[in-house]
Amino acid sequence: MLRPRIIPSLLVHKKGLVKTEEFKQSKYVGDPINAVKIFNEKEVDELIVLDIDATIENRGPDFKMIKNLAVECRMPFCYGGGVTTVDEAKKIVQLGAEKVAFSSAAINNLSLLKQVGAVIGVQSVVVVLDYKKKGIFGKLEIFTHNGNKATGKGLFDFVKVLDGIGVGEIVLNSIERDGKMKGYDITTVEKVRDVFQGPITVLGGAGKLEDIKTLINKFKIIGAAAGSLFVFKGKYKAVLINYPTFEEKKFFFNFYEK
Amino acid sequence: MITIVDYGSGNINAITNIYKLLKTPFSIASTASELESAEKIILPGVGSFDYCMSKLNNSGLKEVLNKKVLKDKVPVLGICIGLHIMALDSEEGVLPGLGWIEGNIKKFDESKLLEKPKIPHMGWNSIKVESVHELFKEVNQTQGFYFIHSYYIDIINKKNIMTTTDYGGNFVSGITSSNIYAVQFHPEKSHTNGMKLLKNFSDL
Repeated sequence: MLRPRIIPSLLVHKKGLVKTEEFKQSKYVGDPINAVKIFNEKEVDELIVLDIDATIENRGPDFKMIKNLAVECRMPFCYGGGVTTVDEAKKIVQLGAEKVAFSSAAINNLSLLKQVGAVIGVQSVVVVLDYKKKGIFGKLEIFTHNGNKATGKGLFDFVKVLDGIGVGEIVLNSIERDGKMKGYDITTVEKVRDVFQGPITVLGGAGKLEDIKTLINKFKIIGAAAGSLFVFKGKYKAVLINYPTFEEKKFFFNFYEK
Repeated sequence: MITIVDYGSGNINAITNIYKLLKTPFSIASTASELESAEKIILPGVGSFDYCMSKLNNSGLKEVLNKKVLKDKVPVLGICIGLHIMALDSEEGVLPGLGWIEGNIKKFDESKLLEKPKIPHMGWNSIKVESVHELFKEVNQTQGFYFIHSYYIDIINKKNIMTTTDYGGNFVSGITSSNIYAVQFHPEKSHTNGMKLLKNFSDL
């Protein structure tokens, strides 16, 4: 039986791993390779690594870093950050990643997604959607450049467009919930689930395993991603990489109850 | 020596990393001559059907592959798209496959998948070993493997079925025919289970 995916999401900033709050106040949490090694030992379902400097610095992906990470990853690995061409996506897959994530480049150029899909396969094309409320009516809008640049694109309208094109997965990332550890934005996920047929991974807000449980109980097969939850421990947020074991997940989420 | 074929299908490193850990000798072949000396072959797999088939057709690898697998009976393991290309054809593309296994690659029928998400089938899923094989020695079938695909093999001859998996009904997730083996999931990204399978293949 297919199981929901529980996914640590790691942010790379100035070659180190950081954790942000509302995409700001980045706190250094350690060395990327070291973190991947620990997550390997913990047999995580998948891993997402996002380079949050690439687009801002207007540069392409750091292939050396991707290679070093991919060498360590014995789990499916999704890389995102600064990918703007088919060749870059192809190279990332060759280095050992299963999925390539797009944000600003794809939002401004939908044909890129189709071109990449024709080479690496549609299943490996991921679109990350960073969103927050905008304007007096609080309409959800997609942002790029670490939440600094409004795209003018409404979240739900754009998700419908992606559903029409066909992509492997979308990652819904709530800017307002980032680092807050107060729970996922269930309402938005529900609306997106209605209009998108493919896999959804939800990021932003998980503060305890119960938050993941709530998400999974509601949506069953879904990706539950988290940053803070898997790198911090305790109310003072001491850095300690953690992740539930297979047995814990089995017990906690009743995976095998049909 | 295990030879991993580089036919543009990507993530070769993911496999070599595991054989490095297992201290199993391997080589990578991107030309026909590099493939000549192979004792065991892996066809890795992230890519689209036509892209991978055209790479095989244009590199001269196809002829040597056919000879090694069909005539010399060298053991071969296909992974994901590496399984698809062994079939007769695929709904993902227009080019013919290698035709080693009688079957057609089809897209999951979304109308039969009642729950969302529909496709791709993505994540960790259990497998059921239908015909006991050394390849699955010590593999935990419940824990299963990582899958990421929208297409599967519609197999013609049931005797070629090695494993099945449930996704809105059972589909064939592993196939075999004498020295030919292929799996729809990604052992190179499936932690302990995956390492066991890749080790079992090297031990065959």
